[in-house]
Amino acid sequence: MTVMDQVANIAYSLIIPVAVLFGFIMLNAAYLSYMERKVLAHMQARMGPMMTGWHGILQPIADGVKLFFKEDIIPAKADKWLFSLAPVLLLIMSIAAFVAIPFGPPTDFYGILSNKVPLWLTNLNVGILYVLALASVGTYGVIMAGWASNNKYSLLGGFRSAAQMISYEIPMAFAIITVVLLAGSLNLAEIVNAQSEKWFIIVLPVGPVAFLLYLISGVAETNRAPFDLPEAETELVAGFFTEYTGMRFAMFFMAEYANMVVISLLVSILFLGGWMPVQILPNTWLGGMPPVSWINGLFRLMPPVLWLLGKVYFLLFFFIWLRATLPRLRYDQLMAFSWKFLLPLSLATLLTTAVMKQMGLL
Amino acid sequence: MLLKGIFLYFAAVILLSAVLMITRRNPVHSVVYMLLLFFHIAGVFVLLNAEFLAAVQLIVYAGAILILYLFVVMLLNVDKEKLGSRAHRFWPWMAGFGILIAGEVVLLLLRGSFPVNPELSVQQTGAGAEALGIALYTRYLIPFEIASVILLVGLVGAVMLAKKTIKE
Amino acid sequence: MTPDTYVPEHFLPVAIFLLLGGAFAVGMLVVGWFVRPRRPYPEKLLTYESGITPFMDAHQKFSIRFYLIAMLFLIFDIEAVFLYPWAVAYGKIGLYGFVEMVIFIAILLVGYVYAWKKGALEWE
Repeated sequence: MTVMDQVANIAYSLIIPVAVLFGFIMLNAAYLSYMERKVLAHMQARMGPMMTGWHGILQPIADGVKLFFKEDIIPAKADKWLFSLAPVLLLIMSIAAFVAIPFGPPTDFYGILSNKVPLWLTNLNVGILYVLALASVGTYGVIMAGWASNNKYSLLGGFRSAAQMISYEIPMAFAIITVVLLAGSLNLAEIVNAQSEKWFIIVLPVGPVAFLLYLISGVAETNRAPFDLPEAETELVAGFFTEYTGMRFAMFFMAEYANMVVISLLVSILFLGGWMPVQILPNTWLGGMPPVSWINGLFRLMPPVLWLLGKVYFLLFFFIWLRATLPRLRYDQLMAFSWKFLLPLSLATLLTTAVMKQMGLL
Repeated sequence: MLLKGIFLYFAAVILLSAVLMITRRNPVHSVVYMLLLFFHIAGVFVLLNAEFLAAVQLIVYAGAILILYLFVVMLLNVDKEKLGSRAHRFWPWMAGFGILIAGEVVLLLLRGSFPVNPELSVQQTGAGAEALGIALYTRYLIPFEIASVILLVGLVGAVMLAKKTIKE
Repeated sequence: MTPDTYVPEHFLPVAIFLLLGGAFAVGMLVVGWFVRPRRPYPEKLLTYESGITPFMDAHQKFSIRFYLIAMLFLIFDIEAVFLYPWAVAYGKIGLYGFVEMVIFIAILLVGYVYAWKKGALEWE
């Protein structure tokens, strides 16, 4: 192998995938804010951003440029070091979570490439644990921001947020363990492949319950409505990032949107069959004769990665929809809901799955 | 060579952040260095092909235990801590114990050998989680069940302490 | 495989992304540094407190409930960590593994019920 070959090899296997994934994250972090504003606006019979470009399509870019020119204010009483570190830590963790996520099976892009390339940067054996580990470290960004600001609203917001995040991590973990039990692996690509016959959401009776548990915990983990107490404007101003301005403020938003995408990706991968196409009818139905095979064949025409992204954007739309529809919970209700309802329910789901596997029913 | 370099990087940062952790005046800053420490320990686990333990290192130590520390430290009045004298009156005793334990570790490293059960060696079995599961739930059954009792003690103790404080 | 030869190359992208994320975050601040205004004065650098002059330090003693929640979380997080290898190996350890885990969870449920009865899960 010549030096040029090696350089090309590294470029194809590392630099291009890294650039593509990073671009994907940035585009999503920016344009999710646009999507949120537009969807919310239309649900409330408004138009949303309309001035910058066609239907305000350039709004995120305008917002970004504006934030670059904003003064960076660090309060005199703040702990400057931690104040600067918190948003950076949060952003790094939410960006790094994407590395282990598989976006589709190996593909040659309809013959454009000479050999098949995987649509993931790295396929870790402990993929799901890796994402969970980074998410749990992200909690520090929140609580440090609150503490370092030396502001009463920030501190209370940071504490509330951290307590909420750790409380919902437990039912989330148990829901994930239910999936691991069904798939027999911690590897995200293997979990998707285990759903080629049947998505885990329709594995009765535990699938739908585990799915809802994970979805609810996921919304709570990202501090979104109706669990957006840390940012309860009416009582806590902007919660843990009250004192942040300019680019540092932007980092919190980018991290929040990146986390939403990660949660949506995980819901799709763990429960909605990842990149598997929708199967209206089982393949074996009517002996796989037409029209069953036609319908299923039609769905296969769409590339797997688009199936995954379709599910992801539907879930993101759903998160925004929740915000437009549901009122905010009270903090004691929120904590009781996790510890007294979700925790026992998730444990029961897990044990039911284990019993059914033992009896050979799953 | 490259591997050795990576290992030395992890080892150096682990030692450095450990020293910084115990010398910071502000206990919240100490927690930040501890987080850095845990991250690099996870890195060493990755180098040893123990991916599962690396993830557990972050989930349990960084994600749970250190959060608990952070809550406790933030509940303290940090500014008061900063003003107080750094040297505890028992410090010569503490230093003595520290040196004693460090000496024992060095002695063990110099004289001892570490028998490795090849059957259970993480490097042999690779993947980690499954091999660990099989070993933990067949061979090491009793320690595993005892762990639950220890956790139960921790849970009951925390509830009792907290309830006492709330009533007052 | 010996420790000296094992190369965790599938973690290379992880390292790259951790560095890239950090570089990106710092880069955003550095670029902003060149273009943003800097006009600080004491009133601007005051901590926000709904328009009044901030009084007392924000770092007050906090409700012990946060500590209790963190402790409960720690216990159940460790329980969950034990469950991951169990779930992966479940097909191979069979009924034996199932009974073990039921005992493990039952012991911890005693603590959970105790915490509930003592009101540790309440948040007034």
